Amino acid sequence: MTTTSTDRPPVPRPARLPSRGGGRRLRLGPLPLRYVAAKVGGAAVSLIAVMLTAFFLFKILPGDPVRAITHGIPTSPEQLAHLRHQFGLDKPLAAQFGDYAVRILHGDLGISYQYKTSVAGLIGEHLWPTIYLVGTATVLSAALGLRVGIRSAWRHGSTGDRVNTGVALALWSVPTFWLGLLFIIVFATGIGPIPGLFPTGGMSTPGTEGFVAVLVDHLRHLVLPCLTLVAVIYAQYVLTMRASLLDEMGSDYLTTARAKGLRDDDVRRRHAVPNALLPTVTVLFINIGRVVSGSILVETIFSWPGLGSLFYEALTVPDLPLLEGLFIVFSGAVILMNLLADLLYPVLDPRVRT
Amino acid sequence: MTERVPVLSAHDLRVSFPARHGHGVAHAVDRVNLDVYPGEIVALVGESGCGKTTLARTLLGLEKPGGGQVLHHGQPVRYTSRGLKAYRRDVQLVLQDPSGSLNPRHTVYEAVAEGLRIHGHTALGDFPDEQAKVADALARAGLRPAERFFLRYPHELSGGQRQRVVIAGALVLDPAILVADEPVASLDASVRGEILKLLLGLRDERGLSALVVTHDLGLAWNIADRVAVMYLGRIVETGPVEKILTAPEHPYTRALLSVLPESGLSEAGGAGPTILTGEAPDPTRIPTGCRFHPRCPVVASGRAAALDIEAACRGRDLPVLDGGGEAQVACHAVGSDAGAPDLRTTPTPRPGAGAAPRRRRR
Repeated sequence: MTTTSTDRPPVPRPARLPSRGGGRRLRLGPLPLRYVAAKVGGAAVSLIAVMLTAFFLFKILPGDPVRAITHGIPTSPEQLAHLRHQFGLDKPLAAQFGDYAVRILHGDLGISYQYKTSVAGLIGEHLWPTIYLVGTATVLSAALGLRVGIRSAWRHGSTGDRVNTGVALALWSVPTFWLGLLFIIVFATGIGPIPGLFPTGGMSTPGTEGFVAVLVDHLRHLVLPCLTLVAVIYAQYVLTMRASLLDEMGSDYLTTARAKGLRDDDVRRRHAVPNALLPTVTVLFINIGRVVSGSILVETIFSWPGLGSLFYEALTVPDLPLLEGLFIVFSGAVILMNLLADLLYPVLDPRVRT
Repeated sequence: MTERVPVLSAHDLRVSFPARHGHGVAHAVDRVNLDVYPGEIVALVGESGCGKTTLARTLLGLEKPGGGQVLHHGQPVRYTSRGLKAYRRDVQLVLQDPSGSLNPRHTVYEAVAEGLRIHGHTALGDFPDEQAKVADALARAGLRPAERFFLRYPHELSGGQRQRVVIAGALVLDPAILVADEPVASLDASVRGEILKLLLGLRDERGLSALVVTHDLGLAWNIADRVAVMYLGRIVETGPVEKILTAPEHPYTRALLSVLPESGLSEAGGAGPTILTGEAPDPTRIPTGCRFHPRCPVVASGRAAALDIEAACRGRDLPVLDGGGEAQVACHAVGSDAGAPDLRTTPTPRPGAGAAPRRRRR
């Protein structure tokens, strides 16, 4: 051993000092590996459960897939047996599930009875309109709901609070299809002096040319379905945000901050709201997960060519492979978004980190 | 001796709220005078609901007084946003529960630096930058080496360390006075002593004043220079700590003290601890006369009648005590008669087990 120095070990300097002012909200430390592993494992288990459910649910449904395919075509029992063998339907259930799982993990969701094309392709085709509509509505309703919820909680008991929560609750309890139809009657076909301002349905007018014209056309088609969705779902952000902010408002650290001389607005913005945001983030992510499944009612009413309409059409046939594929995609999206929310918590809240 | 100006004083202060249920007004603070001089620790003692926390909040400018004034270095506090901001730099708050009074999402550094950020770089004083000032405040609050605590979160610290962070957050602004609401009530006994020693050290080394709000007379004994006993919105007895805790005169103070095992009052009086009976005081219905008379053992035992003051207890208002340093008491029994031997027991100064930090004062 060399006797280099007998100095005491230097005080460890913090790696990064918080900078003054802004940009000090998120400190992305390394997530604890065990936490990540647990959450990913949990999500995987949920996904397997979804696949099992989908598999057996569609097994016990009445209807023989082979008969459905050969519907209207004269076939001999030998031919049916041959088809069953070809589809692997004569294997034991466990083996069938194995094949099915491998197939799904390869992205093969089967062939639609109705469209005679791949289910995965159909879903991909209808995915973007849904994300466009429901994604926009989710962002808008979250922004509106958070704002209203924060104002309501901060001035709780005031007239503004009562009106805001009342309106949000009333809209929340209104049937979506009824509100959608009402909007169509008033703003699309026009009533009395109100002219028909917006198209009644669809995503675009065929034959529109030019970038700006196409953009305006798309936005005009978006307004009514989006408005319907926002009106119906923003209440959950209002109520979640309001409740969790009210929980935080009794906290001593707000008093401490006020006593240090912080302005009321800043007490709300810097202390109360960030701490109250977690439950709302959960709601937000669950809703983002459900963006994919779209809104069957709104898409059907406004003839929006999204996954919701696709699901509705598949139900009427019934197109079992398509339904099964949509079932898996919808559930998978929710599981994935919950996983993301779980992974985001430690970033947002240091208490979860340890 | 030159006339000292109190750092903080309440002058005929009144605060009332609309009653929670039904009609009426709750007079939480009802004409209080209280002075805190530089380098002095004053304990405000009373049972829960007596208005002591409201008084503290009002002194901090968190409630607006309904009447009277809060004076800061002799000047009335201005309730404009600028006036309050300047005032709040000088008068800092320490709350009971350190887990609650720290934002769980803010690091120790952010918690301490917040005051500096609010008040801008004039708050830095002689320090070159924010970091040095924060480190100094943490060190003064007993967290050394300060840098090691910068990036810790409240949930990673012990209760005592958290309370030190809260105190550092107050000290960083170099206040003249701390208002501490039950500063050690939620801490372990071993940690309490350390925090009390810290407050005493700050007073002795830096002349920091403090108003300590507590229900605990033992704490008052350990830390305070002066005690004010509050009952139902009014100060009923005030004076130097030795006087109040060894020779209390007001029946309410005596009742509070008699239940402390080390007070000596229970045996000396021979009557055992005085348990207050009657309904809990209600600030929406303050009794006439002496506000303590419905629960007063002197009235209940008939001694007031024997002294011929019972009518006064029930009907005649008592003078409001002033906030200064001399011993005063608001009680008809004490004021009217010099010969009520059964009201005073022989003072038996028994400092009690918890008095050690006080005696260790340098």
